[in-house]
Amino acid sequence: MSANQNPQGPSGDLTPHDSEHGALVQADRFPDPGVHEHKPRLTDTDPRSAKRNERLIALLFVISALGTIASLWAYFAVRPDGTTEGVRLSTIALGVTMAISLFGIGIAAVQWAKTLMSNREYTEERHSSASSAEVREAVAVQFKEGAEDAGIARRPVLLGSVGLALALFPLTIAVPLVSSVGGDWNVSKFRHTIWGKGVRLAYDPSGRLIRAADLTIGSVAHVIPDVPAEERESHHWITEKAKAVVLLVRLDPRDLKRDHREGASHDGIVAYSKICTHVGCPVALYEQQTHHLLCPCHQSTFDIADGAKVVFGPAKRPLPQLPITVDDEGYLVAEDDFNEPIGPSYWERLK
Amino acid sequence: MSTTTPTAAEPTTPVGKAADYLDQRTKVGVLTKQLVRKVFPDHWSFMLGEIALFSFVVLLISGVFLTMFFEPSMALVHYENEHPASMQGQLMSVAFASTLDMSFEVRGGLLMRQIHHWSALVFMAGIVVHMMRVFFTGAFRKPRELNWLVGTMLMILGLLAGFSGYSLPDDVLSGNGLRIADGVIKSIPIIGSYTSYFVFGGEFPGEHIIPRLFTVHILLIPALLLALIGVHLFLMVLNKHTQYPGSGRTDKNVVGYPAVPVFATKMAGNFFIIFGVLALMGGTMAINNVWNYGPYDPSPVGAGAQPDWYMLFLEGSLRLMPGQTEIVIAGYTLSLNVLVPAVIIPGLLFTFLFVYPFIEAKVTGDKREHHVLDRPRNVPTRTGLGVAFLTAFIILALAGSNDLIATHFDMSINAITWAFRILFFVGPWFAFWITKRICLGLQRKDRELVLHGHETGRIVRFANGEYIEVHRPLDEHERWLRVNYEAHAPLEIEPATDARGVRRRGYKADRRWQRLSRFFFEDRVEPVTPSELEAAHSHGEHDELEPSHGSPELVSGSRSVEQEH
Repeated sequence: MSANQNPQGPSGDLTPHDSEHGALVQADRFPDPGVHEHKPRLTDTDPRSAKRNERLIALLFVISALGTIASLWAYFAVRPDGTTEGVRLSTIALGVTMAISLFGIGIAAVQWAKTLMSNREYTEERHSSASSAEVREAVAVQFKEGAEDAGIARRPVLLGSVGLALALFPLTIAVPLVSSVGGDWNVSKFRHTIWGKGVRLAYDPSGRLIRAADLTIGSVAHVIPDVPAEERESHHWITEKAKAVVLLVRLDPRDLKRDHREGASHDGIVAYSKICTHVGCPVALYEQQTHHLLCPCHQSTFDIADGAKVVFGPAKRPLPQLPITVDDEGYLVAEDDFNEPIGPSYWERLK
Repeated sequence: MSTTTPTAAEPTTPVGKAADYLDQRTKVGVLTKQLVRKVFPDHWSFMLGEIALFSFVVLLISGVFLTMFFEPSMALVHYENEHPASMQGQLMSVAFASTLDMSFEVRGGLLMRQIHHWSALVFMAGIVVHMMRVFFTGAFRKPRELNWLVGTMLMILGLLAGFSGYSLPDDVLSGNGLRIADGVIKSIPIIGSYTSYFVFGGEFPGEHIIPRLFTVHILLIPALLLALIGVHLFLMVLNKHTQYPGSGRTDKNVVGYPAVPVFATKMAGNFFIIFGVLALMGGTMAINNVWNYGPYDPSPVGAGAQPDWYMLFLEGSLRLMPGQTEIVIAGYTLSLNVLVPAVIIPGLLFTFLFVYPFIEAKVTGDKREHHVLDRPRNVPTRTGLGVAFLTAFIILALAGSNDLIATHFDMSINAITWAFRILFFVGPWFAFWITKRICLGLQRKDRELVLHGHETGRIVRFANGEYIEVHRPLDEHERWLRVNYEAHAPLEIEPATDARGVRRRGYKADRRWQRLSRFFFEDRVEPVTPSELEAAHSHGEHDELEPSHGSPELVSGSRSVEQEH
């Protein structure tokens, strides 16, 4: 490292150009004036200013220490009572005091570096990022000698067999991993839900059964299949529910232009899969006036009165429709499972 | 003792003794000799990368705190604790319950959660603005192309780290995010369904995803991030830092402050300030209050739900793609309506970042090392491309908030979506064009300044009645900043046939590169040369060189300093 020195020639900054175009006109360039003259700061020339800054920096460090003490006080004194407000207050007290503790150190350090430490710039030479030709040659010779010592060139059988062994051994880990990591790998489960003939419709999440007569025109219900209450507390249920959720709407039968699935509606009551055919968000926003169902994630819009066809957005297919009817007791009941996979498209969906 | 250290004097101080002990065993002196007074150039924009680095340190510190209390299990429990009241008795996963527990029962737990989340957002923001600085100043040029690749990989790993951590609390919002990810995975041709099973261990959501994401989030990605950050910093030290152009700064030197004390002190101070900002944000700005969303349930969904900011562009991309593009080929479904926006568009954006340094090296034909940064105006096409890229990114991010725009400004969501669909194609093109024009304009302004000096506002009347304004010439530092660059010309290639009329191999490829090179460097503004300045100062030739400039100038001898940098 050397203290500042101006570069030697007028274009001492430029390495020779090694491409054929744009050769530099060495003569017709301005000379580099060299780094700016060092200008002393106020703290360099005025001892009182330096002293003032020293005191300021010391004060900032002390503020930091006080911040830490305040943080400990906040920890022991501002005990959250468990309510949201109490937790909020404790969080603010701890966060602000912690910030004071950190800002004190940070600002003091920067102020110290900027006002009291030497601000004289230094110039250091750079060297080429590449190794020298001699080093490269020496390395090449080393590798050559190594290869000769190993005798690879004379023993091609060894080269082939070592390649074989190295290529195969990861299978000892990969095969057990891959065979188990995807569960049973039975992707045909995408096709079926727990809906089926005779499964009653129930309100989500209460599980109360739905009587057709209780639904007024324009009413909407979030629906799950009726299963025993204890099953609804199992993990299996969450995965099944992720496929089985249904949105039920009672329309004025005169408004219902058509079903997506022939004869699936009952007296103006339509039940559609709540899982978007785009990427699988629950389609939860129903607009009563237009009979439009909107997915809040990506705004695919389905027309419930017209076979749930897509009227806007990134989804292509209508929502699958659940065929429903009314049983002897007047409860809504499914006539069948969905007749197509619910949710987003996948490669073998139609196979 | 003296036999083992024949040259060094016997150390007397405790520090000296410790250093002697260490050095006798590690030769650490050789390493520190290079580092202690190593020179680092100083500029505010060099702190942007530090924001990312120090946010990562804060992520590690707060993350360790969180792992002490978080339980990555999807087993179902009824929430027993008294608070929050809204969650009492609800069925939820252990992961969600432990998130509530660490927020309400562990003192300082909510603060650490919020610091962790804010740090993640600032980490990604730091990476992005740091990349912008590196891109627009050409810091990715030789010998730093490899470090640019490392940095781009760090950015992608950061995205994955953010997404995997965001999903861990197993709340409704992040659960729907995971479900979107599942839908995107399923759209992949041929292997989509199986990849979904691979990730979730069966059907969505299954009971494996949270423990798996936990391992990814606290082990795999941080280990990769740490290793690559190590490589990133090692290469930075090895290549020595770049410096902004200016007097005395060349490709052969580095001008700045020594590591000890100024640079190290400023860097340490910067760490504490950034940590302080994150602590303040974590303490005062609520983020991801999962008890307001509730535990994951496949049925509910919130309207106006946005992912963290760095994922918004993907969300917007998904929202913009029209659904008609899902097609069926020979009975197999190809969901281009998902595949294009969620896989191909981000793939193209990342590919651009990965390959750009190599394309630029090819079209300049420049094989030299560069350590002095470019002023963005001096490379108009690069600057234009960068702004076009950002424009596309921002349009997609805004499209990811189209529902909020619709509700806040009472506009039709359909109209907004259509506007963004058009803007996505028109916006970047327009941004490129206007940015390039602005750069060329700034370069011309620089030329004008160098040739004619500053306007002083001082009007002088000659004896013959002519009025002129006095221009004050630039001092040599001001001038050097404006003339010290190279305007690359388009590539010149060898002709299609050699002297004997034989067709040359590789001519067509050369020709394509030449065309691309023309796109880059067709329009350019050359720096002022001393002879041009000479000509500008002598009245007669001046009119020939600059016909647009009518009045001759009187160059005053004023040397008052007016530094611009």
